[in-house]
Amino acid sequence: MEVKRVINSFWISTLEQGLIFGIMVLGVYITYKILDFPDLSVDGTFPLGAAVTAVLLTKGINPFVAVLASTLAGCAAGYITGLLHVKLRITNLLSGIIVMTGLYSVNLRIMGKSNTPLFNVKSIFSLGIPEIKMFDYNMTPLLIIIVISILVKLGLDLYLNTKSGFILRATGDNPQLVTSLGVDIGKAKILGVAISNGLVALSGSIYAQSQSFADVGMGTGIIVIGLASIIIGEAVFSKLHFVKATLAVLVGAIIYRYCIAAALRAGLPAEDLKLITSVIVVVLLGINNRSDVLKKAFRTKRTGGEKSA
Amino acid sequence: MLDIKNLYKVFNKGTVNENVIFRDFNFTVADGDFIVIIGSNGAGKSTLLNIISGVLPMDGGQLILQGKNITTLPEYKRTRQIARVFQDPYKGVSPSMSILENMSMAYNKGNKYNLTRGVSKKNIGYFKELVSTLNLGLEDKMDEQVGLLSGGQRQSLSLIMATMCKPKMLLLDEHTAALDPKTSARIIELTQEIVSKDKITTMMVTHDLNHVTELGNRVIMMHRGHVILDIKGEEKNDLTVDKLLANFDNAQGMLSDRSLLS
Repeated sequence: MEVKRVINSFWISTLEQGLIFGIMVLGVYITYKILDFPDLSVDGTFPLGAAVTAVLLTKGINPFVAVLASTLAGCAAGYITGLLHVKLRITNLLSGIIVMTGLYSVNLRIMGKSNTPLFNVKSIFSLGIPEIKMFDYNMTPLLIIIVISILVKLGLDLYLNTKSGFILRATGDNPQLVTSLGVDIGKAKILGVAISNGLVALSGSIYAQSQSFADVGMGTGIIVIGLASIIIGEAVFSKLHFVKATLAVLVGAIIYRYCIAAALRAGLPAEDLKLITSVIVVVLLGINNRSDVLKKAFRTKRTGGEKSA
Repeated sequence: MLDIKNLYKVFNKGTVNENVIFRDFNFTVADGDFIVIIGSNGAGKSTLLNIISGVLPMDGGQLILQGKNITTLPEYKRTRQIARVFQDPYKGVSPSMSILENMSMAYNKGNKYNLTRGVSKKNIGYFKELVSTLNLGLEDKMDEQVGLLSGGQRQSLSLIMATMCKPKMLLLDEHTAALDPKTSARIIELTQEIVSKDKITTMMVTHDLNHVTELGNRVIMMHRGHVILDIKGEEKNDLTVDKLLANFDNAQGMLSDRSLLS
């Protein structure tokens, strides 16, 4: 009985985390894939969302208000990143690094300490929604997370099909076209980065509530996790054209979480996790970018005999 | 329509490579003109288009469009009146979006890009009708990604997208140079059709002398930042490539005489 419970909690809590991170990945997808803007500020906006949520929840503010405030805080931080890049002409990479670095102090200031536990506060998971037991496990948090992440995904899909969303897509694709359409390309970029970081902070807010703590260090490597998830999602669904990219990256985030959870269960020390993530990203990007070389190497190996003949 | 007054443009200002492209350059484009611009490399043709469209700032002088001073207007604000088709077919479209999405976006030019639906169903028929004039079969591929189209198809689409909202001016910067001869001819035909149908004032840079005789009501030849030849009206109608080359030699001769005197 105990074993079964552990297994269930492994599958379900990993799925929960995967979906929460999926929201973050949708944000990173906007900058990295749509805008072609590698935005490192997400490493700061994820804990920013958590920090804002932690402070508001400990003050007894309605959890949904806290989630909204966190999202807006993320948008504001993203707006600054975009502003630095567009108005001060700082490269996109550096703009993100600057904001990420600054946010570390901001997050510390917001919380007043580096770690805030959230055990005895009202969160979106403790609003009196009755527990739904399944396989001996409380499924309510999972359901809440599923609803939120699906809403975010559908919302993003809807947005990307509006006129404003079209401009966002064209911005990464062909900036000249956006200018030709009479739209300020700088504004389009700033808007995109702001939305992206809003989603990342939203993800951070829910993560803090699900894990019952907020920590200034919880954002380290978020961008790499985001990239890994996007690449996995694209690799898995690249042949299926009817699968929307947003769904692909969301599933990518879940797959990534299961890989990590499995690695931990197999006895991988937790301190090696970030290194493993980096290695995974390098391998995936390498396969993705140099598929030509790999294919060639593969072919030469197999037909090596003929070649020498 | 468009007045260029005392244009001064210099590249690499204040360095040893300082290069004055235009010095006190004046030029007037009349309403409804279709001007074909020719000239050797470095004559300032593309620079002129880049200045008119706002890609490059002016170092002196004024730009007046229909009585309004647009000298300091940023590029994205000028594009609402001045449309442009580039040499590179990729520059006029968004490759990862569908034909329908691209056209919907272009059709909304001049309006707000807000949170309303990007593709409005009621326009689909009109868009299909527009692309069907190309005879490329694009009307059956409206949901296909533009990135999958050929260069010629993309450039045709670019041209339609640039002129959809009836701009006051159209700038064509060697827009057929990257295409094969057959496609190029088709694009020129299409250009002619659109420009005459919507009476768009047009400036077209080309290196193909056949375009000069086939197209437009006015030809200018540029050389080192000067208009050395300006043929319009009757004379333009009777123009042949041979006459043009003869004129070119004359003009060049005059130019070297002038530079000897100065």
